[in-house]
Amino acid sequence: MTRGGALAVGILLVCAAGVAAAVALAWHPEIDRITPPAPGSFDRYFVAEGEDLAKLGNCAGCHTNDPSEPLAGGRALDTPFGKVFATNITPHPDDGIGAWSGEAFERAMRRGIARDGTQLYPAFPYDHFTHATDHQIEALYAWLMTRRPIAGRAPETRLAGIYGFRPVVAAWNALYLNEGPLPADASRSSQWNRGRVLAEGLGHCGGCHTPRNRFGAEDIARAYNGAWTEGWYAPPLNAHSPAVRPWTPDELFAYLHTGLAPHHAAAAGPMAGVTRALAQVPDEDVRAIAVYIASLMADAPASKHDQPQPVDRLDVAQQQHPDAAALYAGACATCHDPGAPMMQLGRPVLSWGTPLHEDNPHDTVRIIMQGLTPPGGASGPTMPAYADMLSDQQVQDLAAYLRTRFTDKPAWSNVPAAVAEARK
Amino acid sequence: MKELARRAFLANALVVTFALSRSALAQGSGTKLPQSLAKTPELDAWIRVGADGTITVFTGKAELGQGIRTALTQVAAHELAVLPKQIDLVTADTARTPDEGVTAGSHSMQDSGTAILNAAANVRALLAEAAAWQFAIAPGQVEMRDGAAHAPDGRQIGYGELAASLSLEVAVRLDMPRRQGGKSVIGQDLPRLDIPAKVSGGEAYVQDMRLPGMLHARVVRGPSDGTKVKAADVAAVEKMPGVVKIVRDGGFMAVIADHEWRAVKALHRLQASGWERTEPPIAAADLRETIHRLPAQDMPIFDYPGPASPADARSIRVRYSRPHLMHGSIGPSCAMALWENDGMTVWTHSQGVYPLRKALAELLKLDLEKVRCIHVEGSGCYGHNGADDVAADAALAARAVPGKPVRLQWMREQEHGWEPLGSAMVVEMAAELDGNKVASWRHDVWSNTHSTRPTTAGGLLAGREVDPPFVPPKPKPIPMPEGGGARNGNPIYALPNAHGVFHFVEQMPVRVSALRGLGAQMNVFAIESFMDELALATDTDPVAFRLAWLKDERAREAVQRAANRFDWRRRGDGGDGSGTGFAFARYKNLASYCAVAMEVRVDRDSGEIHVPRVVAAVDSGEAVNPDGIRNQIEGGIVQSLSWTTREAVGFDKTHRTSFDWSGYPILRFPSVPGRIDVEVIDRPNQPFLGAGEAAQGPASAALANAVAHALGRRLRDMPLSPERVKAALRPVPVVTKQAAG
Amino acid sequence: MIKLTVNGRAHQVDVDPDTPLLYVLRNDLELNAAKFGCGLGQCGACTVLLDDKPVFSCLVPVATLGERKVRTLEGLPKTLPAAFEAEQAAQCGYCIAGMIVRAQALLERNARPTEEEVRSHMAPNLCRCGTHMRILRAVRRAAEAMGGGVRDVAEQK
Repeated sequence: MTRGGALAVGILLVCAAGVAAAVALAWHPEIDRITPPAPGSFDRYFVAEGEDLAKLGNCAGCHTNDPSEPLAGGRALDTPFGKVFATNITPHPDDGIGAWSGEAFERAMRRGIARDGTQLYPAFPYDHFTHATDHQIEALYAWLMTRRPIAGRAPETRLAGIYGFRPVVAAWNALYLNEGPLPADASRSSQWNRGRVLAEGLGHCGGCHTPRNRFGAEDIARAYNGAWTEGWYAPPLNAHSPAVRPWTPDELFAYLHTGLAPHHAAAAGPMAGVTRALAQVPDEDVRAIAVYIASLMADAPASKHDQPQPVDRLDVAQQQHPDAAALYAGACATCHDPGAPMMQLGRPVLSWGTPLHEDNPHDTVRIIMQGLTPPGGASGPTMPAYADMLSDQQVQDLAAYLRTRFTDKPAWSNVPAAVAEARK
Repeated sequence: MKELARRAFLANALVVTFALSRSALAQGSGTKLPQSLAKTPELDAWIRVGADGTITVFTGKAELGQGIRTALTQVAAHELAVLPKQIDLVTADTARTPDEGVTAGSHSMQDSGTAILNAAANVRALLAEAAAWQFAIAPGQVEMRDGAAHAPDGRQIGYGELAASLSLEVAVRLDMPRRQGGKSVIGQDLPRLDIPAKVSGGEAYVQDMRLPGMLHARVVRGPSDGTKVKAADVAAVEKMPGVVKIVRDGGFMAVIADHEWRAVKALHRLQASGWERTEPPIAAADLRETIHRLPAQDMPIFDYPGPASPADARSIRVRYSRPHLMHGSIGPSCAMALWENDGMTVWTHSQGVYPLRKALAELLKLDLEKVRCIHVEGSGCYGHNGADDVAADAALAARAVPGKPVRLQWMREQEHGWEPLGSAMVVEMAAELDGNKVASWRHDVWSNTHSTRPTTAGGLLAGREVDPPFVPPKPKPIPMPEGGGARNGNPIYALPNAHGVFHFVEQMPVRVSALRGLGAQMNVFAIESFMDELALATDTDPVAFRLAWLKDERAREAVQRAANRFDWRRRGDGGDGSGTGFAFARYKNLASYCAVAMEVRVDRDSGEIHVPRVVAAVDSGEAVNPDGIRNQIEGGIVQSLSWTTREAVGFDKTHRTSFDWSGYPILRFPSVPGRIDVEVIDRPNQPFLGAGEAAQGPASAALANAVAHALGRRLRDMPLSPERVKAALRPVPVVTKQAAG
Repeated sequence: MIKLTVNGRAHQVDVDPDTPLLYVLRNDLELNAAKFGCGLGQCGACTVLLDDKPVFSCLVPVATLGERKVRTLEGLPKTLPAAFEAEQAAQCGYCIAGMIVRAQALLERNARPTEEEVRSHMAPNLCRCGTHMRILRAVRRAAEAMGGGVRDVAEQK
């Protein structure tokens, strides 16, 4: 064989080996279909546990599109790579996961691989769910398999360009998937460790609160630095937290479990759905999460220097934004003024809420326009949606007014853009 | 002289005529005058005929949105043989109408309807007599029709002309014949007279009143009963633009302004400095246990004899309960008051203008004649809400600005925070079964009073705030057969060895009073749930089980009609989240009969209860306006479903946490039933029976029974909220749960 | 002085600029239909149309109206009020004006809504008397009178 020939063969072999390795990485066997297990075959207490975990992981948040068809999928998640459709995870044998064995389910949760071997996109946060314990995954399986089977497949997810080729996700997994349960931190309490398992695992808090790199993977080096999701800004949950009051475990517990933090604000945007789900999770689990997340913010400015004095620069705000001042007085003060009923009963002042202190006005603008509505007529913090009552200019003026009046931070620069985006 | 002689002749003629008359008796029990007539027997207190033929009918009852204005007009129009549009009905006004107490307890048709029926029959007879004399024919030949008396030969005389020749200052007689023949407007679905204004922006409510020179006021209070504002910055608020006056009397404070919004802004400013509790702390977030444990006065409700149960009888004991409930009037209470010429006039939506007048007179230290209370419609009150208190607030404010009408409007949170609530209640039921038969029955109910309606100044919020304050009267139980907490505690079923005790709890942790149905909603919920539990224990169909113990024929018919219309025979097996339920009661065992059948579907994931279908049958005696009855029953069903599936007033140590709709959600459109179908059983010539409260108990029990059928488990504590449904479905493990992680 | 256009007519009112529209309608323009039910945007008794969208007039300060057009019950076609009267869709009636206005907004946008869409659209408006069934029937009746109708779900699938 010539030298060139040997080189060619060598390159070919390396390529072949590379392809083989890639194939080995990317190809996954199909796991056999099973007959959907009879719901009665699952232990009832186990199913109840699974229900708690499903609320904690908020499966319905992504997998339920039409409330009358829970977990039937169909909801589109906007990602930088295109729309990813959440699938049907009811136990329907053909359209859902009814034919999935426990093993298949675990593989999906830990590695993002469907029963038939298809690679799922990490918009399904298996990079978090992989940290769940075996027990949790089994309990979740028991719960899912005892739900109402609903026919109907979600639309196909078609991402553009190379991302449309699912096996490339294998490369993503190789780089970014840290598979399996997390080892306990012996220097911390068992409650903290439990909270960490829940938050990093099924809770997948980092999925929204940690910024992502250009491949859509969480930037672990900047864990909990804050990130954007569906137009809302999930603020930092670490030393960069812009909150002016400390997020103590008690405060976080109240927020997560009731949707209202006495010294911050009511949960809005995506957190409204999260806290509604967490309201149904056992106290001790929510408390553990609160302890863990609070520990991440131990070095936040508010944790070191609580600023309880409400900021209310009424005159300055009146002077700088006279139109908005009148708007506020007629449209907002009825609930938010000190003498107003909800304020009389101890609701937090606007200057304590994080949205006004963020670097961007987006959350503030969205709250004004969308309000807060507990679903299905449940009890809870309520605010009307002002989108139809105010023009774009009025929302902008109001947002600027609120920033001036209730914080001592500099004015936002991108308010018109935030309003335009929220209108879409 | 000639006039007198003619009248004397008429009087004699009347005696003769009455002796000769036949036909059906007017409503009323024999020779004893019904309540309203006993109090006010003069005909002209009820009916006046003007010289121009206009007929004014006076009722001491008030239109609450229950359709009484229309129904009473129909009764009068029918008996007087005129068209409804010829009648001007004047409602509750202390200067003009009879005193018929409070418009409550579903008594309006029974009391006022009966009174007007009798009075109208009397007036018609007198007019007919007068016409007969003028026509010189026998009274029996006169036909009364369309506001005129007609002779067979075609002559006619209008009522106006006839009325000029006689006096209605005579006492009503009970044995007047009811009108026979002719077109009857009773039993017709006459469109409600008040609706046109309500769908066109007409002036329909006290909230719509505008008087010249009117000022706007707000009362200043803490967030809920048992609190007060502290350190209100009165000096600063007095200087706010438009503020006319801040009225203070002891702890009472109100602010008057030239424009409504300015009054609101002033109110917020006055409340800005905070509040404090004036009463002892509230014991718990939900007070039913508290009431159950407080000292109680035991009052027997019923004692039916029967042989002792055999030793091997099966014993079943269960407990049912409900929390405090809110009236939640959609329009917060409002009143207009004017202090002029040493007299106070108050336009109010209070259910009882006469008792209110008495209380206001005491509060303002005025003679009774110096106070006038005029009923003007408010939004639905469903019992004793803020109407009386706001009337007092308005009166005190008006007194500070003589000659100027003052419109005082409660805020939403004031209505939520201060309205007297429907008491929380606990019912313990016990029965023994001898084989498949009920051998004994026991009903114990705990409750606060169901009426603190003010008859004295101490019964008004303002009365307790002024200096010196008036003492609130001691709460008292309402005696049976009407009853408060004991209402409907005695089962309509002919059960042997049956005993019931009402444990009257005098001490009120929070302010309570009459809420639609009073204790009946809880007692019927308990009885009808328990009947189902016994039916299940004896493996009997729930409807058949009831019929076996139900002797009252009209009750049986209501039950059968509802069951047939619902197609109860073909109900499914339940247990898979879908179920059907049935319940029946005769309100107070005196008023309307109401049977309700219901289909539910429980979403086990969310705990939400969907109600695709409801069927009801109601017997209200002679149905004056059948559609009005249907409307009340439909509404009662929906409202009762809201109470039963959602509602519970929440508390913390210092105040009601349910301060607005966000903290006290009620049923919204997406959750109301799919279909409600009400059959009205008409009983011509039977006494009118009140229908306004008849559905509250049966609807709530039918729901509980349907849910039990759907889930195979029974919920006994209202509300059957999503949280409670899910908690009931959740298996409770015997061993501790394995730690997650 | 603040300018506003209500039911096609221009008005000028002398009120504080932060005064919510509801109070101006009732007190200054003497229009009764929009009602005070809560002042908090929770019950819908104050519903009016603002540039064809249903809004809570208790939370719209008059100074912010600008050129936008306000329509109240008094300025709407009689189809819905007639339907409500025909169905006797009222008990106390306090919520009804708000209901009619909200329904008007739906039928102007969608002449053939489904039953579910009607219920969901009407959800912001509370009725305490339980007149919901009749209100839904009245909306259905009006939709038919306007040449459309309310579709049942079964029809749709």
